[in-house]
Amino acid sequence: MKFLSIKLLIVVFALINISFSSIKANEECFEKTSRAIFKFNMAIDDAILEPIAKGYNKLPEPIKNGTSNFTSNLAILMSIPNNLLQANFNQLGHSVGSFAINSTIGILGFFNPAEKIGLKPHKEDVGQTLGSYGIGSGCYFVLPILGPTNVRDSFGLLADTFVDPFAHITIREKELLGASGTSLDYYTVKTTSAIDFRGDNIVNFESLEKNSIDLYSSVKSIYLQNRENQINNSNLSEDDWGKLDN
Amino acid sequence: MKYFKLFIFLILITYQTSLTAYSSDPKEFVAELINDAIEKLSDKDLNKEQKAEFISKVALDNVDIKALGLYTLGELRKSSKKEEISKYQKVFELYFLKSLTSRLSDYSSSKFDIVSAEKKSSNYTIVSSKVLPDDGNPEIKIDWRVYTKNPDKPLIRDLIVEGLSLARTQKEEFASILSSNNNDINILIEKLEEFLNN
Repeated sequence: MKFLSIKLLIVVFALINISFSSIKANEECFEKTSRAIFKFNMAIDDAILEPIAKGYNKLPEPIKNGTSNFTSNLAILMSIPNNLLQANFNQLGHSVGSFAINSTIGILGFFNPAEKIGLKPHKEDVGQTLGSYGIGSGCYFVLPILGPTNVRDSFGLLADTFVDPFAHITIREKELLGASGTSLDYYTVKTTSAIDFRGDNIVNFESLEKNSIDLYSSVKSIYLQNRENQINNSNLSEDDWGKLDN
Repeated sequence: MKYFKLFIFLILITYQTSLTAYSSDPKEFVAELINDAIEKLSDKDLNKEQKAEFISKVALDNVDIKALGLYTLGELRKSSKKEEISKYQKVFELYFLKSLTSRLSDYSSSKFDIVSAEKKSSNYTIVSSKVLPDDGNPEIKIDWRVYTKNPDKPLIRDLIVEGLSLARTQKEEFASILSSNNNDINILIEKLEEFLNN
């Protein structure tokens, strides 16, 4: 049965690859619907997320930093299997080392002593792993609440819950090395992480909103560039400036 | 007449000084530009208008706004009429300056470090820097795409903040507007004018 599932997964991967290799990352799946969902997400952000994030930003720095470190530390758990799947052993060392040190010396991840000794793990997910295998992104669309994505990354998002050890012990309520949790733990950590991210980007997002003629397209461009960089583990994307050298 | 000549001379000297204020070496050029900007933008004696004026002047002298305008227009720059491009360039410059001023006017003091410079070609050098915000937020990596075709006068063509190219973001935003409006450059110009009037 397990063998059959693996075979099925390989077939799905192959089909995704064949279907999406010709689709450009910036192609839309259903732009009108995505724009409507984006509008809905913005309304949710204005009404709920932004006010909470502004309140969160008023918390004392040590509490904010501790919360940010704690959620980041748990997010590293998802990077570990993905480092393995990408055969990126250098990053695997950073992820395992960082998680081990921060969870112990860093008191459950509230502090980040690992960074001080040079451990800087990248956040990796299944979408990035599939991208590193050369699987195309497929078309772009926007999910309610969760925001911008594409076919590959939305498939990855679902697969993340199977690969992520934290999801394994919380959503699936399985025990792992004596640790266990509930779905509530999982969603609380994910929500806190979103608030922390939004809080860090209050000014950036306000500036983007203020200076964009088409905010939907700006956010899409930022999402696509960011995913490209994450997959290539690079900070400088290829560009077409060379065509304009006059 | 004598005073008039002196006046013209002083204007020319001031103008010349402002043009050659920064080094022609890309790394030093960016370092000097940043230091100058930080000094002015964190000067509490300057009001918002004075800061905006400074930002506009520095941008006009040191950013390749014309090339940026063409780049953000994408392939349409090849098929549009000369007059349309010229009109677009004028509006784009105003749009760019307004947008830049708005982004920088609420500047909170930060420490900048120039990390390295990598010559990509005879035309481009990427200068890498990092910003260390005073409020304790994590450091931000900023790469400066410096155009060096004229080695005596480097110009900034793009800022890449944490891997996100501002020029590319702008280009893709404009591309979206154009594609939903039959690639009509005049609609884009109208949208830019709307932004300027708001």
